[in-house]
Amino acid sequence: MAVLEARNLVVDIPGREGGHAFSARVLPGQRWGVLGPNGAGKTSLLHTLAGLRPARSGEVLLDGQSLSGLTRRAVAQKLAVVFQERQDSFPATVLETALVGRHPFLSPWQRESAEDLRLANGALERLSLSLLKDRLVSTLSGGERQRVSIATALTQQPAIWLADEPTNHLDLHHQVAVMALLNQQAEQGAAVFMCLHDLNLAARWCDHILLLFPDGELCFGPADTMLVPEVLERLYNQSLSVTTVNGKPVFVPA
Amino acid sequence: MPVASRSLPALLLLAVGGVLSLLMALAVGSVSITWQELLAVLAGQGQGLHQELVYSLRAPRALSAFATGGLLALAGALMQVLLRNPLADPYVLGISGGAAVGALLSMLLGLGTAMVSGSAFVGALLSTVLVFGLAQGRGSWTPTRLLLTGVVIAAGWGAVITFLLTLSPTEKLPGMLYWLMGDLSYADSPQTAWWVLIPVLLLTLPLGRSLNVLARGPLQAAALGVAVKPLEWGVYGLASLLTAVAVTTAGSVGFVGLIVPHMLRLVLGNDQRLILPASVLAGGALLTVADTLARTLMAPEQLPVGVITALLGVPTFLFLLYRSR
Repeated sequence: MAVLEARNLVVDIPGREGGHAFSARVLPGQRWGVLGPNGAGKTSLLHTLAGLRPARSGEVLLDGQSLSGLTRRAVAQKLAVVFQERQDSFPATVLETALVGRHPFLSPWQRESAEDLRLANGALERLSLSLLKDRLVSTLSGGERQRVSIATALTQQPAIWLADEPTNHLDLHHQVAVMALLNQQAEQGAAVFMCLHDLNLAARWCDHILLLFPDGELCFGPADTMLVPEVLERLYNQSLSVTTVNGKPVFVPA
Repeated sequence: MPVASRSLPALLLLAVGGVLSLLMALAVGSVSITWQELLAVLAGQGQGLHQELVYSLRAPRALSAFATGGLLALAGALMQVLLRNPLADPYVLGISGGAAVGALLSMLLGLGTAMVSGSAFVGALLSTVLVFGLAQGRGSWTPTRLLLTGVVIAAGWGAVITFLLTLSPTEKLPGMLYWLMGDLSYADSPQTAWWVLIPVLLLTLPLGRSLNVLARGPLQAAALGVAVKPLEWGVYGLASLLTAVAVTTAGSVGFVGLIVPHMLRLVLGNDQRLILPASVLAGGALLTVADTLARTLMAPEQLPVGVITALLGVPTFLFLLYRSR
């Protein structure tokens, strides 16, 4: 269980002056979705909350302690990041890639234990990757690699998930599977904060929504108060048609 | 864990290969020594001539070759992870160029061997500091920026080297060219190289897993708890030191730093906890064998050892690359 808090935070977005300060708390069990058009700064916000890029002003606190005062290792023991882009200059197998999720918990001389291996295998199983575990990541499809990234984060067993478009490259079944996984993590007490492009996934799976406008304006609140068609039309500069399926709104570009 | 289970046999095999390469270097030469005679000499007995050959001539040179090979291969393995570029070698950042300019200058001035080594070391350090300073620039430091700075500085050193060669009198040219290709003829005091190699290897071993994570990119590494900047600067400093000492000992021997870590990765996978010590053993053995060939193939002529490392390394490397997935 851990709480991630932004206090008077202004995200540093290159080429954009000023910026709106905001304060928010992401609590255990909550599922936050960040929505906004391309270039609004969703990834910058996510990286700032992870302490991976400096804020223009304000601070991010993890369980009441400023990220800048914590070691990366201490942060990584509680918080996992699923990146949108991945680098793999060197060959590595799927299992090796999932196992690096245990890095924050091992001392320099320690090797991965049987327990670590069990966690990694469990994560691969959970993302239907067990059959691929000896394959090189570079030989996988985009969607499979995306699932490997999520498996790495799952192996890290974080109290806080920061996921940048976790459903990128995934087919419909795996989109639902990944959202169900994150939902389950939240039910078990994790806090989930993710950038999404799909309004309907956000409407179905998130309980809090943060809207990021291209001019840097930002607002957030419980999902049902934020997913207002007029506001979303302004957000994306795109008119929308709305219907309801299984009690949840479904948005279709008009 | 699959990696751990193949670590020990691989390292043992490489260690045996290393010892065999050293024994061969002691036995082979203008006067051949049989295995029995060599064992007698190593046990402190045997003929006076053999004692003299082994302890005064062949052992210092073989140990220098082994340490230099180890230094270069370890430096190469570290640089490849640091720059996230499998094609990086210890010289990619201009260290050998700086060392060569120092060495050639002192040869041109007719200074002794010790001064040549000294100025090579100074040149290497100068180049390291220059690249370090310029790559910082005004913004943030990135591997691409470091690589570009290093490549351009290396090209600059290349021009200075050519200039020095054209200035040099004909009788000095062979010595200079030998130095540039890498030559162990004057490497008779292996102590320094070993005193650097062993502590640096011990220092990098516990960093292995962090380096594995760093190879996945700085953001991913930071997200997994690695203090990226200190690690990168530390690795840069250590790799530079290793290269500077290697170049000072034997001139700029090519290919060992590029090919050895790469070959090992193709065979053993990319776990730095295994690749770093394996590189030291394989690099040492390769350069020891190459140097033994260099001084015996066309005896009494001695070839520059760099020619042999290239002739051995290039086809082996191409074969492994061709065969790999």
